Amino acid sequence: MDNAAGKPVDSQAVEAMLPYMKSSYGNPSSLHLFGQEAKRALEEARMKVAELIGAEKKDSVIFTSGATESNNLAIKGIAYRNKDRGTRILTSSVEHMSVVNPCKYLGTKGFETVFLSVDKYGFVDLESLEKELNDKTVLVTIVYANSEIGTIEPVKEISKRVHSKGAILHVDATAACGQIPISVKEEGIDLLTISSNDIYGPKGVGALYVGEGIRLEPLVHGGGQERGLRSGTENLPGIVGFGKAAEIAKRGLPSESKRLTKLRDRFIGGLLKPIPYSFLNGHPTLRLPDNVSVRYSFIEGESMLLSLGMMGVYASSGSACTAKTLEPSHVLLAIGLKHEEAHGSLMFTLGKQTTEEDVDYAISLMPSIVKRLREISPLTPKELPK
Amino acid sequence: MYTEKVMDHFRNPRNMGEISDADGVGTVGNPVCGDLMTIYIKVKDNRLEDIKFKTFGCGSAIATSSMITELAKGKTLEEGLQITRANVADSLGGLPAVKMHCSNLAADALHAAIEDYYKKQKATREVKK
Repeated sequence: MDNAAGKPVDSQAVEAMLPYMKSSYGNPSSLHLFGQEAKRALEEARMKVAELIGAEKKDSVIFTSGATESNNLAIKGIAYRNKDRGTRILTSSVEHMSVVNPCKYLGTKGFETVFLSVDKYGFVDLESLEKELNDKTVLVTIVYANSEIGTIEPVKEISKRVHSKGAILHVDATAACGQIPISVKEEGIDLLTISSNDIYGPKGVGALYVGEGIRLEPLVHGGGQERGLRSGTENLPGIVGFGKAAEIAKRGLPSESKRLTKLRDRFIGGLLKPIPYSFLNGHPTLRLPDNVSVRYSFIEGESMLLSLGMMGVYASSGSACTAKTLEPSHVLLAIGLKHEEAHGSLMFTLGKQTTEEDVDYAISLMPSIVKRLREISPLTPKELPK
Repeated sequence: MYTEKVMDHFRNPRNMGEISDADGVGTVGNPVCGDLMTIYIKVKDNRLEDIKFKTFGCGSAIATSSMITELAKGKTLEEGLQITRANVADSLGGLPAVKMHCSNLAADALHAAIEDYYKKQKATREVKK
């Protein structure tokens, strides 16, 4: 139940990809028949991705190698293109590392980056957004919905404020896309990052939506593919798989979103109700349908993951002990959790293949796991109120 | 990621618990870092007659705590002070590199418990004088 980390590729997407590896291996840039066949497939995929995010023109979709590249292209591309106009970039304190680190990098290159605070649910503080927006602000980059705690940001509200100051809005919809309806047009989004694997397409593919009139510097220079914004021969099999996944996601979104939301709430209730000193991370309703993020006092996340793993349930944690660094998740700290609370967090992300039985099984394991680890922990109070 | 030995000690920790009338208690680590260990010892004739632990932390923190109680039980206090972090890790068949520093604190906790015992002994002697 760690679908945010990796998802299986939809079998229809796999089927759609196969011909573009075996027989239709043309290069979309070639003028001959093979090339034109590839070009048609490329543009069809572009259309499907555009439809998923409510983009009016398919040409606004630029294919990349994934969400990390899309975020980098959006942030650095806008910053470099507009540096004569302003050097101020606003972002939130609950972004993915592929937003945090490009912003920090630009901070060393003469740009000024501001990390906006969030409330206890992870919502961006609109007042500080307004306060920090000024004439020098060229870009605001905000996550659509948080992959760790599931909180869905008020994108429309953010967009209004950003545009009133003439800045450009980039939204990282990696976790949100395919789970909840997104419309770049209606929500006033200038740039949008999406990832193929997060919607059951193959890994190594993503896209950046670039709205009309938005100009950015490319990161990769070469043959001028993707309107010159991302040179290099397109990863056609991957893109075709991504397109198919987008088509399936759009069709299945209303029913799957409802199913997962119901499953999510059953899961959260089952994880919290029977266990004292247990809490939900993020907002109870304004959250992604797949996201279940909880925490248990007095114990540490990795030891919970190990215990679950022994019983065949795989999850993830914001504890430092599961990360490459020794710091717990910056998202959990940003919503105001103490270090020891962040260490005790546990995250499940549901997927298409997750059933009610899976959820009930995981629920059934938690009370004894928590009880055992609390017995081992010196932090557990002598008498734990029921 | 973990050896079978580490998993065994995580699944079935040895000597887990507290000693209410302990002769020495040592606590190291910090919940802020994600690891906190307390070791309790009972000393008789200069030997570690009983030893117990309580740990908040990851799998390797729990396993190293459990392992040190096995390594130390029955040893003299001097022998106990000579047990190192490396001894603990080796006895578990090794630890992942990232865990060597943060959660391999059990030897420090044992040493702290023995120092605590010495301190208490000294205090008792001074009171008797």
